[in-house]
Amino acid sequence: MIVILILLVAVTGVVGWWLSRQRLMSKPWLEAGPVTAFPQTEASLMHPAKIGLGVFLAVVGALFALMISAYVMRMDYADWQAAPAPKLLWLNTAMLVLASLALQGAVSAAHKARLDNLRLALLAGALASVAFLAGQLLAWRDFAAEGYFATENPAASFFYLLTAMHGLHIIGGLVALGRVNVRAWQGARSGSLVLSTELCAIYWHILLAVWLVLFCVLMGWADNVIDICRGLLT
Amino acid sequence: MVDVTPHGADFIPAAEVAEVELYHPHSWWTRYVFSQDAKVIAIQYAGTALSIGLVALVLSWLMRLKLGFPDTFASISPDMYYQFMTMHGMIMVIYLLTALFLGGFGNYLIPLMVGARDMVFPYVNMLSYWIYLLAVLVLVGSFFAPGGPTGAGWTLYPPQAITSGTPGGQDWGIILMLVSLILFIIGFTMGGLNYVVTVLQGRTRGMTLMRLPLTVWGIFTATVMALLAFPALFVACVMMLFDRAIGSSFFMPAIVEMGANPLPHDGGSPIMFQHLFWFFGHPEVYIVALPAFGIVSDLISTHARKNIFGYRMMVWAIVSIGALSFVVWAHHMYVSGMHPYFGFFFATTTLIIAIPTAIKVYNWVLTLWRGDIHLTIPMLFALSFIVTFVNGGLTGLFLGNVVVDVPLSDTMFVVAHFHMVMGVAPIMVVFGAIYHWYPKITGRMLNEAMGRFHFWVTFIGTYLIFFPMHYVGLVGVPRRYPELGDTAFVPPSVHTLNAFITVAALVVGFAQMVFLFNLLWSIRHGRPAGDNPWRATTLEWQTAGTPPPHGNFGKELPVVYRWAYDYSVPGAPEDFIAQNDPRPLTQGGPA
Amino acid sequence: MAVVLVLVLIVVGSVLFHVLSPWWWTPIASNWGYIDSTLVITFWITGTVFSAVVLFMAYCVYRFRHKEGQKAHYEPESRRLESWLTVVTAVGVAALLAPGLFVWSQFVTVPKDATEIEVVAQQWQWSFRLPGADGKLGTSNARLIGSENPLGINPQDPNGQDDVVVVATDLHLPIGKPVKVLLRSIDVLHDFYVPEFRAKMDMVPGTVTYFWFTPTKTGSFEVLCAELCGVGHAFMRGVVKVDTPEDYLAWLQQQSTFAQMSAPAKVGVLAAPATAQAKAE
Repeated sequence: MIVILILLVAVTGVVGWWLSRQRLMSKPWLEAGPVTAFPQTEASLMHPAKIGLGVFLAVVGALFALMISAYVMRMDYADWQAAPAPKLLWLNTAMLVLASLALQGAVSAAHKARLDNLRLALLAGALASVAFLAGQLLAWRDFAAEGYFATENPAASFFYLLTAMHGLHIIGGLVALGRVNVRAWQGARSGSLVLSTELCAIYWHILLAVWLVLFCVLMGWADNVIDICRGLLT
Repeated sequence: MVDVTPHGADFIPAAEVAEVELYHPHSWWTRYVFSQDAKVIAIQYAGTALSIGLVALVLSWLMRLKLGFPDTFASISPDMYYQFMTMHGMIMVIYLLTALFLGGFGNYLIPLMVGARDMVFPYVNMLSYWIYLLAVLVLVGSFFAPGGPTGAGWTLYPPQAITSGTPGGQDWGIILMLVSLILFIIGFTMGGLNYVVTVLQGRTRGMTLMRLPLTVWGIFTATVMALLAFPALFVACVMMLFDRAIGSSFFMPAIVEMGANPLPHDGGSPIMFQHLFWFFGHPEVYIVALPAFGIVSDLISTHARKNIFGYRMMVWAIVSIGALSFVVWAHHMYVSGMHPYFGFFFATTTLIIAIPTAIKVYNWVLTLWRGDIHLTIPMLFALSFIVTFVNGGLTGLFLGNVVVDVPLSDTMFVVAHFHMVMGVAPIMVVFGAIYHWYPKITGRMLNEAMGRFHFWVTFIGTYLIFFPMHYVGLVGVPRRYPELGDTAFVPPSVHTLNAFITVAALVVGFAQMVFLFNLLWSIRHGRPAGDNPWRATTLEWQTAGTPPPHGNFGKELPVVYRWAYDYSVPGAPEDFIAQNDPRPLTQGGPA
Repeated sequence: MAVVLVLVLIVVGSVLFHVLSPWWWTPIASNWGYIDSTLVITFWITGTVFSAVVLFMAYCVYRFRHKEGQKAHYEPESRRLESWLTVVTAVGVAALLAPGLFVWSQFVTVPKDATEIEVVAQQWQWSFRLPGADGKLGTSNARLIGSENPLGINPQDPNGQDDVVVVATDLHLPIGKPVKVLLRSIDVLHDFYVPEFRAKMDMVPGTVTYFWFTPTKTGSFEVLCAELCGVGHAFMRGVVKVDTPEDYLAWLQQQSTFAQMSAPAKVGVLAAPATAQAKAE
């Protein structure tokens, strides 16, 4: 459960920092009147959707942290055998990086109101993500062809579970990104697309980060880190 | 005193608040069924939760009948008993209490109390309810599935939950249960995002965190916790679904079922499930308790006409309980076979959490001290909450203290403890809150005579059920036994006591029918309430009309000038000052 | 006023119920008297707090209930009172925790001279295994379970050959000797629960859990399962008999070892051709 606790410490840090700016030590019964002196204690002017996405991504982070926690706990049992991840994952990772970059490009295009660039970047992001998903499916096929079925080996079960969960989140994101694409290609003003493009980009960056962590775990690179953590605990 | 308005500006135009784009309903369907108005969604949530809760109540009677009169009700087989038990627990904890506090009260009260027109994502909010309803329907569906619902206990411990010795283990019961939970979590996450972001971004001008009513603090903290804790249940459910449906071995070790039938699994860890489950399960206790803490603080303050004593301490206590509750989960697992040294750590954290909780209790009773206590029905329920919560909280000190837990764990003592602390106590708050806010929701008061009858029978009855039950556990009677049979160490008088508890449970159950009747009857026949029948300070009582219209506050959002607890302020003409009252009436105000 | 009366009655009634009711724990039959003492300390502290809080509440309601013209006192907080209460609570909590952790450290420290015995649970019966003359239990594996090897003992392990196997009948233990109970399940979770011994622990398939105790009273004690294990959960009973050393030895000599249990089958197979050969001669 160490992984999730580390994530929770990070979340607590963010929440704590925010709460520390909210004057929790003040005595509200002495402070009647409008609060012009402490604007940071009022609701901020950031768009709610961005905060909402941030909170949602914290939930997604907890979800994956818990699954990795389970992976680490399960690794400790006698029957654990590492399953070599398919080589195709390298290419898929590249695709997801590409998608993330394209969406970052889309954000700057949206800010500069370059509608043509925005359209291309959004489309590139979506296509790269679809390519990523297709690649993941092929990776599943390769993996199964090597004899790693979900039931045979717990490491293989985790491989399918983690990639499926991550893939589902990408699919969910693609629904939103698809809608932004449709709006962009139907000729919406780029100003009205800034927010949705930014939201998509943030979502993709975080899912890329999650994927990179999963990639490290699945490739077995994280084993040393895990061993060190376990050593510290015992 | 800190001057919060240094420039002498004593009025800020409401227009500076970011406006929420309100969805305006065009037809009956979008107004009352597929509504995006948080108030309608709240009522939908509450109605669904109370309906499914009624099912769970009936299941508890059936269980009690079997426990109290095992010979008369021999037709209730152990299979059925375990199914009733599992569904009762699961429904009460998740589909009733969590959904009612967060989906019901959260939806109704957050926008009104923080001075917002609606939740920030109304469409997602609507989806949240419909997914919740789907989860409930899947759960109800499992009653009609071949093999019936699962009888694995609400903790769903593998391997037992998915093997053939358990009702529903190899049938549809467990699958539908897991699917229903997964749906619930998805639906809840949608709602939860709304509650959190509305508190963060939807607050009206002047509504700083330290001016929020404790109800909002409780619901807000509980929602943050739920958002981080429910993924653990989600992961556990998905992995168990893998084990059950395709035969993987996340939780399933090599086992030989029924002494002769080896299963294909190998090497999995049932303890891992317990860690995941309780990583959700313990915060869940506080997810139910924190909204109750918040609401009861407001009830006591309003009906004792006194500010809540030690508001700052109350806020800090809520936040620190929320944070601490993530590092106590394994106190449910002292005798699970986990590494025994964990016991030292988790017993310590568990007993530390008793300190902020105790502070909350002190502050509630100190709010009564030198108050002007109106013994209204919400106040009566608040008082009964304190009694049952203190009782249940103190028995928690038995079970949290690792070595004392060893003889008591898995006995009826545990059942009595958690029913007292997270069954009866929060339900008392639910009732108090319904009597308190029903006038705002419907415009009419609930019938007083029926209400007092309901209170007395429920309060005394539940105490008579659960207080003696501790002693049944102390004798050593294990929980989850449909009947004791001949057990040498159990004296016959325990059977008499069990029969008594059953009778008390049936009487309490009957009183709830009176309450439900009152809810329906008073919509039409209740005394008209007016806008602010309790003379309360918070914003929900200052709306443009009662019930509040779509958009809550008429043309302009209220601006907040003071905290939520200006009751009986010296020098003020009345014994309460509304939060949006700009007059400089308080001691600290710019006089 | 009814409320005040009921609140007082709840305190008085609860205390009287606690003192007068016949329902109390079973007489202890193991060394874990410390657990009982910790429980009694907890009852005293929590009982005092409960009575104090509820009686204070009753007094407040009695004294400050609404009367015409009454106005509540205005007092937002009192740091002194709150700090004071926090400190008192912390002291109370420490008074509970300290003995608890002290006894727990004994609970998790198995004495060196404890005899290992094994309890094996399955749906829905108890079996037992004693280490035999060599004092060691042989290894086991759920995959080896069969009709002739109901506990899955490893036949290759020499330590296991002299293990005494007691299937689905009473376990006997000598009085006064510390026992480390190794707990194993071959199907689902169970929990070896003898109320008189106070100690208990879950059995988890795939791993071996343990606890230790010393029986201090002779007699027959009922074993129950305390972790939900399916429809037969409530009917999963067994018996532990604590004997004097002489009685225990007498019982032990009547038991068969793993080698003896698996022998008849082998003898049968080997003996049949032998007799056939003898006949032919």
